[in-house]
Amino acid sequence: MEGNPGEELHGTEAVLELPLLVALREDHSIDPSLDPGLSQEDLLFLYSSMQRLRALDEKAIALQRSGRIGFYTPSFGQEAAEIGAGFALREGDWIFPSYRDHGMALMRGYPLEALVGQLFGNRSDATRGRQMPNHWCDRSVRVVSVSSPVATQLPQAVGAAYAVKLRGEKAAVIVGFGDGGSSTEAFHAAMNFAGVYGAPVVFFCCNNQYAISVPFSKQTASSSVAVKAVAYGFPGVRVDGNDLLAVHHVVREALEKARAGGGPTLVEAVTYRMGPHSTSDDPTRYRTEEEVASWAKRDPILRFARHLMARGILDEAEADRIAAEAREEINRVVKECEGAPPVPPESMVEDVYAELPWHLAEQRKLLAGKGD
Amino acid sequence: MAVMTLVQAVRDALAFEMERNPALVLLGEDIGQNGGVFRATEGLWERFGPERVLDTPLAESGIVGMAIGMALAGLRPVAEIEFADFIYPAFDQIVSEMSKLRYRSAGQFPAPVVLRAPSGGGIKGGIYHSQSPEAYFVHTAGLVVVIPSTPADARGLLLSAMRSPDPVIFFEPKALYRTVKGEVPEGDHPVPLGTARIVREGKDLSLLTYGAMVPVASLAAAEAEAEGIGVEVIDMRTLWPLDIEAVTGSVAKTGRAVVLHEAPKSCGFGAELAALIQEKVFLHLKAPVARVAGFDTPFPYALEKLYLPDPGLVLDSIRFTVNF
Repeated sequence: MEGNPGEELHGTEAVLELPLLVALREDHSIDPSLDPGLSQEDLLFLYSSMQRLRALDEKAIALQRSGRIGFYTPSFGQEAAEIGAGFALREGDWIFPSYRDHGMALMRGYPLEALVGQLFGNRSDATRGRQMPNHWCDRSVRVVSVSSPVATQLPQAVGAAYAVKLRGEKAAVIVGFGDGGSSTEAFHAAMNFAGVYGAPVVFFCCNNQYAISVPFSKQTASSSVAVKAVAYGFPGVRVDGNDLLAVHHVVREALEKARAGGGPTLVEAVTYRMGPHSTSDDPTRYRTEEEVASWAKRDPILRFARHLMARGILDEAEADRIAAEAREEINRVVKECEGAPPVPPESMVEDVYAELPWHLAEQRKLLAGKGD
Repeated sequence: MAVMTLVQAVRDALAFEMERNPALVLLGEDIGQNGGVFRATEGLWERFGPERVLDTPLAESGIVGMAIGMALAGLRPVAEIEFADFIYPAFDQIVSEMSKLRYRSAGQFPAPVVLRAPSGGGIKGGIYHSQSPEAYFVHTAGLVVVIPSTPADARGLLLSAMRSPDPVIFFEPKALYRTVKGEVPEGDHPVPLGTARIVREGKDLSLLTYGAMVPVASLAAAEAEAEGIGVEVIDMRTLWPLDIEAVTGSVAKTGRAVVLHEAPKSCGFGAELAALIQEKVFLHLKAPVARVAGFDTPFPYALEKLYLPDPGLVLDSIRFTVNF
């Protein structure tokens, strides 16, 4: 047989690998080309914000373990990615978050009280106990309602970005998801639509290496998530997700480009989920202690602290004080929210439609007097 | 008043509302330069521009997902699904997102999207160009499901849908697109959602139907009339939330009911109608509620005429019910 077509196809294959952008070096100094040039005040605020997120996650896990809330999805290990990206957002920008993007939402101005209230699903929850914990929203800061089906928010973010563009607003949309989400049909559709319409959206993928138990190597044969952007006709950037300043720098540039009419960007923050997927999961079933230990050395909070200490902005005592203050704040808010009364039974049938239709008015009668 | 076909009435409603509401945008496959595969959007791309009449890539989940995002951010999107048969890739966006956003956000993020989709058989479209999937959506809390059967209703109901605070699935019976003509009021005349229409009055039996089965019901009712049976034909128009008073009022009067649709019989919308009738007006009933519907099969190509209920089949059911 002459000219084996299989060989010809193999001959056209090329492996495209994107570099990993890293700002914080091993010696705790910063690569000047990736330094976002933040003030000392901002740097300390970012450090406190990471501590606050970790304190929240630790408290929430404890609340779940003691049966005070039903569920939680912590972001241990992903604090730099969440806080770094969130700090790049401005008023007017939209967040279409996943259930692990509470750090980003807090940075956009989503109140801690609202987030904690949602965990309890009682009258302190602005969404009236409609969803399990980690599924929050707040229209006043354009933080859109979180869903459990993975990546459904991606095409929605493109639609919102199109609306922003059509109205000529100088704003951008960021949409959070994970490595698992990059396998969904919604991801493909959203990336494709965003490219076609030049939508002002930043696809922010926290690649934490696991979709519950399935490792990234089984999620895709691509060399990264970021590289997939190439096929959709816009840039993909791969950044060290445990490096707060590198993430912030990259996301800020992507958002600025979007606001200026430069179209979409896919940012992949390469990180590691130090905790479980959720409180319902045992990660020792699918990954080794050695692997976890190797990532623990790259803890994003510790890494940022060392950088700040090397620059003389932070010392051990101040770091301890910030961490203690964060825990106190979380404890205070938990106390405030936990004591709120339960949601009224009749609220079950409300907000299905703008107005209560006859059949739900009938069903509401079944709920009368069912409150404690 | 102007005389229009049903598809012209749809187009007229879209144009009217685009003129009235600058936040209204259209999106879908082939709806721009091509004016839609059924020409429902013909001329709108030229008139309102490509920023408001978007040709989309071929992905229904993307179309509906994008429409939801547009609605969340304050636009009024009307998305076209080229055929109702192709709505399933968007099922997750419709059922998990569009219908539940208001509820799960406690009213902060309603998603008032209108999804238009030609549905039903009668055009030799076979399995994948003939389906009537309305029951899936009626079963999903948070959606409004509408199916017009006349040009005037198509225009008026679509105007209401485009102003509804709730997401609306607007099925257009494609068999009627060009086969029915009627007078359509000009100007701003929305037909309220959630109201049925009495097509003809009758004292002996209520025939409850919608969409492309309305003309079939009318033919059957005319034949029944010749036999001395007075049939009240009711076009449900909005399947959900339905006009319960129209249903119970009519059946309480006639004491008999036949429900008719072309979608498969089992667990179809007619089953809900039958259940509601026996729950609410049981003591008025003189006969069991009968169902006339499509077969519980995929939609057949060669046997389409046998699959779709015809006036003869409906008349048989009317006679059976009256003589029970």
